[in-house]
Amino acid sequence: MLGVLLLAFSLVTIAHAELCRPDAQNAFKVRLSIKSALGDNAYSWDASEEYLFKAMVAFAMRRYSSKETTQISDVLLCNMTERVSFWFVVTDSSRNVTTVPGSEVEAAIRMNRNRINSAFLLTDKTLQFLKISSTLSPLIEPSVPVWLIVFSVVLCLTVAGIAFLVVSGIWRYKKSNKESVETEDLEDKCDTPVTIENGIPCDILDLKTGQINGVYAADDERFTPL
Amino acid sequence: MEKSRPLWDNPLQFVFACISYAVGLGNVWRFPYLCQMYGGGIASVVVSFFLSMYYNVINAWAFWYLFHSFQDPLPWASCPLNSNHTGYDEECAKTTSTQYFWYRKTLNISSSIEENGNIQWEQAVCLILAWLVVYLCILRGTESTGKVVYVTASLPYFVLIIYLIRGLTLHGAVNGLIYMFTPKLEQLANPKAWINAATQIFFSLGLGFGSLIAFASYNEPNNNCERHAMIVSLINSTTSIFASIVTFSIYGFKATFNYENCLNKVILMLTNVFDLEEGSLTADNLDSMKDYLTTTYPNEYAELLPQIKNCSLEDELDTAVQGTGLAFIVYSEAIKNMEVSQLYSVLYFIMLLTLGIGSMLGNTAAILTPLTDSKFLSSHLPREVISGIVCFINCIVGLVFTIEAGNYWFDIFNDYAATLSLLLIVLVETIAVCYVYGLRRFEKDLHLMIGHKPNWYWKIMWAFASPVLIISLFIFYLTDYIRSGTLQYQAWDATEGQLVTKDYPSYALAVIGLLVAASTMCIPLGALIIFITKRLKKNVSIRA
Repeated sequence: MLGVLLLAFSLVTIAHAELCRPDAQNAFKVRLSIKSALGDNAYSWDASEEYLFKAMVAFAMRRYSSKETTQISDVLLCNMTERVSFWFVVTDSSRNVTTVPGSEVEAAIRMNRNRINSAFLLTDKTLQFLKISSTLSPLIEPSVPVWLIVFSVVLCLTVAGIAFLVVSGIWRYKKSNKESVETEDLEDKCDTPVTIENGIPCDILDLKTGQINGVYAADDERFTPL
Repeated sequence: MEKSRPLWDNPLQFVFACISYAVGLGNVWRFPYLCQMYGGGIASVVVSFFLSMYYNVINAWAFWYLFHSFQDPLPWASCPLNSNHTGYDEECAKTTSTQYFWYRKTLNISSSIEENGNIQWEQAVCLILAWLVVYLCILRGTESTGKVVYVTASLPYFVLIIYLIRGLTLHGAVNGLIYMFTPKLEQLANPKAWINAATQIFFSLGLGFGSLIAFASYNEPNNNCERHAMIVSLINSTTSIFASIVTFSIYGFKATFNYENCLNKVILMLTNVFDLEEGSLTADNLDSMKDYLTTTYPNEYAELLPQIKNCSLEDELDTAVQGTGLAFIVYSEAIKNMEVSQLYSVLYFIMLLTLGIGSMLGNTAAILTPLTDSKFLSSHLPREVISGIVCFINCIVGLVFTIEAGNYWFDIFNDYAATLSLLLIVLVETIAVCYVYGLRRFEKDLHLMIGHKPNWYWKIMWAFASPVLIISLFIFYLTDYIRSGTLQYQAWDATEGQLVTKDYPSYALAVIGLLVAASTMCIPLGALIIFITKRLKKNVSIRA
């Protein structure tokens, strides 16, 4: 009796060993980086964590196929290393000693990746299923790009500034034009006591010393050469 | 009546007087009715014109980066995803995200100068905005420019001080500073280093562009130009050193960050391949562990060897990015790793903008002052319209730099439009002032203006040291151009994700030749034209 049991047990283990080994068909390698993810809060990887992992994979298979036939014991782990990396394979208990096709496992894991990650407090990067690529989440783009908004604000301010300066310049020009026309009229109308020669009112001139014209001041030769 | 007007003995004096006008320094009030812009004057204006055509593109880029700094996270902080969201965009994966943002998102650069591509509308509108801002500042002439330069001169210092404090407190900044202050003695022996240093000071002070002259022409005659000259040079040099301290502390931070990243990648790879326990490999024991692994697993390690990068802090510090990309790629890479990166990014690009717009003001002043001083134009059009037309023409030409190959044309302008011609212009100016106009007369003018004669240091510098220095620089540049044979440029290869060297096609070489010739030939051409016209006039008056 005992012998039969032992034989059956060893057969099962051998069979399992053949199913789960590195680079076996439908086997996947998993790598965990607990310390880099959690730092001081890192938990140690022991048999209970392995049990949880098997449970999560079984859960994922159940969700995916909605058959509710996968058992925790169907998930086999092997080649545990200190890295914390191992290989796993999912067997099909209904059909003896065969593994579930890799594509199904992959799809199941992909569908429930988030749940699996959160169970271990890890992320896609720290709980890696090699060969199963994860879908990266794109950045959220607002409907109107932010830069266009800022650009329009600056553009409007600049154009407003230019318009203001140009208009005030024109207004000032017109005003000075009107004033000069008025002063000219004023001169024509009244017999002004203020005589203006060459644009300079005479009374501010010191008639004795006169005005020195700078153009000629530079000239050393006051007298024409012979 | 007519005899009291001074006359020239021969046309050559007239030419050189005009050249001395280009030197300015208060002579404007003495010869107001003389020459418009001949000889040295036009050469400065031509160089300034070329400069303003392409320089504002830098401001356009600064605006682009500034507008993109208002996002969280910064758009150059991470790579965009590829089409089916399984990984990062191919081109971005091969290079860094900041380089990708610069080459692909900002420039959308083509793979060579021959492939023109279309105008990038985003860059074009940024360029138009940059020109509108410049127009706003120069609209009213010195009245408005004078107020604007208060901001453009002081704001960069505020930002630099903030960056100094932030930079020095960054992790790894010390490495950068040590790198900056350790002289590389073998580099000191290389003449190229000295040439680059001399050129840098040259352009940094903006000599030969006519901007200083244009600005000086608005000064009072009794302005103490000697004191101002010393102050400006001192401020310029100390600012350069100050800015270098900031820059090198940021370099140090970036280099240390990249170095540590590189180390971590190697550690991760080794840990994964050999399934070692996490944390057993650290930066300190990496070398000893590598030896251990080589002995224990020789085969696997040998397979892995090509992928293991030798991380070196020196190499990271040495990586210099070429050209104008430097300001945008290196700084944005450092900024994205800081906390509150949006704030630092906004500050940095506002500083770049004020610096760039300040330079543009100088350039446009150099072009506009002769134009508005000329009686012909200023009688027909008001100053606002002249400025508007100049800005408009420059903007339209500048659109060339917004096409996909635009950055390559930009580099051509950046490298060749100013270098040789500026040296020649300044050389002519110095010789004209010291030897043709006469150092004695110049001394007397200065005595009139500032109240005392310049001391012997200035005289020796003007008369001997400067011409000798400039001539030697000139000769070095010429020999360098001749020796390097065909000119080459760096093109961005999208498939490789890095720069490759290519030769210029013939039409690009023709443009380069035209650029250099256009500005250098102005001086002798101008002199020739005046000589001929004077000769003709003399002949006509003799015959009549």
